[in-house]
Amino acid sequence: MLGSKEEQPIATVPLVSTAGARGARDTVLRITRYASIRLLTLLLTVVVGVYLTILIANMGGYVDEIRRAMIREGVGIALGADEDFVLLPEAERRRIYDEMMAVEEVRLGLDQPFPVRSFIYLRNALTLDFGMSDQLLSDSMSRVVRLIILERLPPTLLLFATAQLILFFGSVFTALYLSQRYGSLLDRAMVALAPTSAAPGWFYGIFLIVIFAAILRILPFGGMVAVPPPADRWAYALSVLRHLILPVTAIVSSAIFQAIYYWRTFFLIHAREDYVEMARAKGLPSAVIERRYILRPTLPAIVTSFALTLIALWMGAIVLETVFLWPGLGRLIFQAIGMFDTPVLVGAVVIYAYLLAVTVFVLDLVYALLDPRVLVEGRKAA
Amino acid sequence: MSGLRARLQELRRYPSAIIGMVMIGLLILVAVSAVIAIPYQEAVRLWKGDEGVWEASPRLAPPAWFNWFSREQSPRTLVLDSAADPDTRQRVEYEDGEADVTITLAFDFHYDRFPSELAVFLTAEYQETQPFAGLIWRMPDGREFHLPARSLPERSVYSISKDDEVRWQLGGLTPEVGLFAEEGSDPPRVLKGRYELVVEGLTFEAASDLDARLVVYGQVHGLAGTDHLRRDIMVALLWGTPVALIFGLVAAVGSTMASMTIAALGAWYGRALDTAIQRITEVSMILPMLPILIMVGTLYTRSLWAILGLVILLSVFGAAQKVYRAMFLQIKEAPYIEAARAYGASNPRVVFLYLIPRVIPVLVPQFVSLIPAYVFLEATLSFLGLGDPLIPTWGKVIEDAFRNGALYMGHYYWVMAPSVLLIFTGLGFAMLGFALDRIFNPRLREQ
Repeated sequence: MLGSKEEQPIATVPLVSTAGARGARDTVLRITRYASIRLLTLLLTVVVGVYLTILIANMGGYVDEIRRAMIREGVGIALGADEDFVLLPEAERRRIYDEMMAVEEVRLGLDQPFPVRSFIYLRNALTLDFGMSDQLLSDSMSRVVRLIILERLPPTLLLFATAQLILFFGSVFTALYLSQRYGSLLDRAMVALAPTSAAPGWFYGIFLIVIFAAILRILPFGGMVAVPPPADRWAYALSVLRHLILPVTAIVSSAIFQAIYYWRTFFLIHAREDYVEMARAKGLPSAVIERRYILRPTLPAIVTSFALTLIALWMGAIVLETVFLWPGLGRLIFQAIGMFDTPVLVGAVVIYAYLLAVTVFVLDLVYALLDPRVLVEGRKAA
Repeated sequence: MSGLRARLQELRRYPSAIIGMVMIGLLILVAVSAVIAIPYQEAVRLWKGDEGVWEASPRLAPPAWFNWFSREQSPRTLVLDSAADPDTRQRVEYEDGEADVTITLAFDFHYDRFPSELAVFLTAEYQETQPFAGLIWRMPDGREFHLPARSLPERSVYSISKDDEVRWQLGGLTPEVGLFAEEGSDPPRVLKGRYELVVEGLTFEAASDLDARLVVYGQVHGLAGTDHLRRDIMVALLWGTPVALIFGLVAAVGSTMASMTIAALGAWYGRALDTAIQRITEVSMILPMLPILIMVGTLYTRSLWAILGLVILLSVFGAAQKVYRAMFLQIKEAPYIEAARAYGASNPRVVFLYLIPRVIPVLVPQFVSLIPAYVFLEATLSFLGLGDPLIPTWGKVIEDAFRNGALYMGHYYWVMAPSVLLIFTGLGFAMLGFALDRIFNPRLREQ
């Protein structure tokens, strides 16, 4: 969420390709070698990151104490309800109690010391085997963390894919349009609006809820679908669409002006390049200039930024989804934290780490394909 | 550094920078006066709201200036205290040590709406036998209601609003309405005029005495209204200002400076140090900041300062680290650095006196633009219920409002005031940051 404002426009790409002279086989080999090294480094990074997360989420082992106390309570209640047990002599009761505790601890793997277990957790987490949740249940009453996460993933994807696509294409094309009409009233208005992006999406969400849900009462307060859900498939889709309007608007309005400003400035700088002036002098239509002379050389930077915003907005989702009661991954994380449900928490963070690593990896490859210089200079541009 | 000053001079040419600076200046003024007017301990005490702190303010009352926009005037809170005004008391002593204490609390009520609550706080002094008191409510049209008589312990609260017996006397109307309504009006209309509450007390010991404080709770309160715990939201709005500014400023300066210094060291010394920094950065970029902050807030500590430290720590090895490193790698090759080494400058001297000062101008706009992000981060954490439990902040007010259904019940003022302040702060810094960006990055300047 803080990262998106820090990147600088990447320097212009001259059209001269130094890699052109080499053979195609050489290039493929180069890319493969480069890709595998990248993949290895990223994997290692993910492993360390996930392990750190496991340590933090378990409070360095302290969560186990909480779990043990819960087991003790559960065993105590179960035995206390047993009438025969109450009549047994003290020593016998003690023995049965300890025995049941031990069985429970073995069942949950608590008999091993935490450092050992932390590596078992790590192995399980990396193989996406997140085990059972402590408290949270999926809609079908399952405790399998993978099922819970899989259930929450589609709503998040729906919400953020919609918002991201609108945001990205909206801002890039508006910016392209503005860069051709530099200094016009619309251009200046957009620049003036850019500082409004200082506030995160959930913040705009509050205002949108107040206006459209509380005062005007034309859109729902939150949730993903009406209660009870409509049986008809079209009615269902329509209901989801209605619920989608406010959160998507919140995300888009929180980021669009900053994005437009960023891209406008970016295109402005590139629109002053000699080769663009040259194309203009040749009398090419402005659509061709935009597409071939401005967009193409700046594509690597645009793709990078697209991927980075994807990642950044995934994080903002926690609060946004909580505000809009959207049943997605972000809200799941929030609920899991409130319930000390470490398996779910670790599962969600691992998914995030993988998502990030995959994004970075794909980005590196796309970079290599889009920008010939990257092939030559290794991973400097990444 | 004179170049820096010259560039700052240039700020005057940008209206957005001036507006931004005025906004920031106002905030600093509010922050300083808040800290002076309400010391830290006092703010914590007020927000904690121990028994008695907020007993005389209404629950969920909108700000008093709402009256300006309404034809019908909502009442403010009236407090009548016999201890503060000796004229309200009459004492007739008898020979056997008994005494009649008559307290008459009179007030004019000229509002168009009913009060929100009605309560009498009674205090008594005695050795063994509690004084006894009867209460009479006199209305402007001469009607009288006898409220249930009672014997008085040292402190007691008689909430007239909750007394079902009075309600029954009034034919089912809630007391705060029935005791102020015109006779027979339906729907009830406010009867304007002079009201009186008479406390007819009887004490049984020579030194025994009693006092009464009538609170007619209003429907509006102060500049910012009150929340569900009767707390004046103004306290949190005022104190939220220094907290937000300090959090934003310290986080932005701390993370930028630390990040830059580490990047400079890595770029200058290279080899193992550089590799280590690069790897740590990559791991830290994989770690999702907000979930980790939430985890730490839930599991370890909610202290604002601990969270602040963690935010800095997590941002130091963020994406910016890579950008700085690239900058330093470039500057490292510059001729003036070579010259410095040629005359024998030590490594630390080169890093701290030649490398870092070179990039500071580039960082000024960036770090100003970062402040709002951190201000909102604090609000985000507070909103998630992970705010500092002691210090009142804007985010905590929004959280309280949300948790208590302010949006569903129509208490918009509760959400709006802190939100407007947040956006005001964000805009102020962002506007200044954008202007600075244009001044310090010539490539962005309009050609």
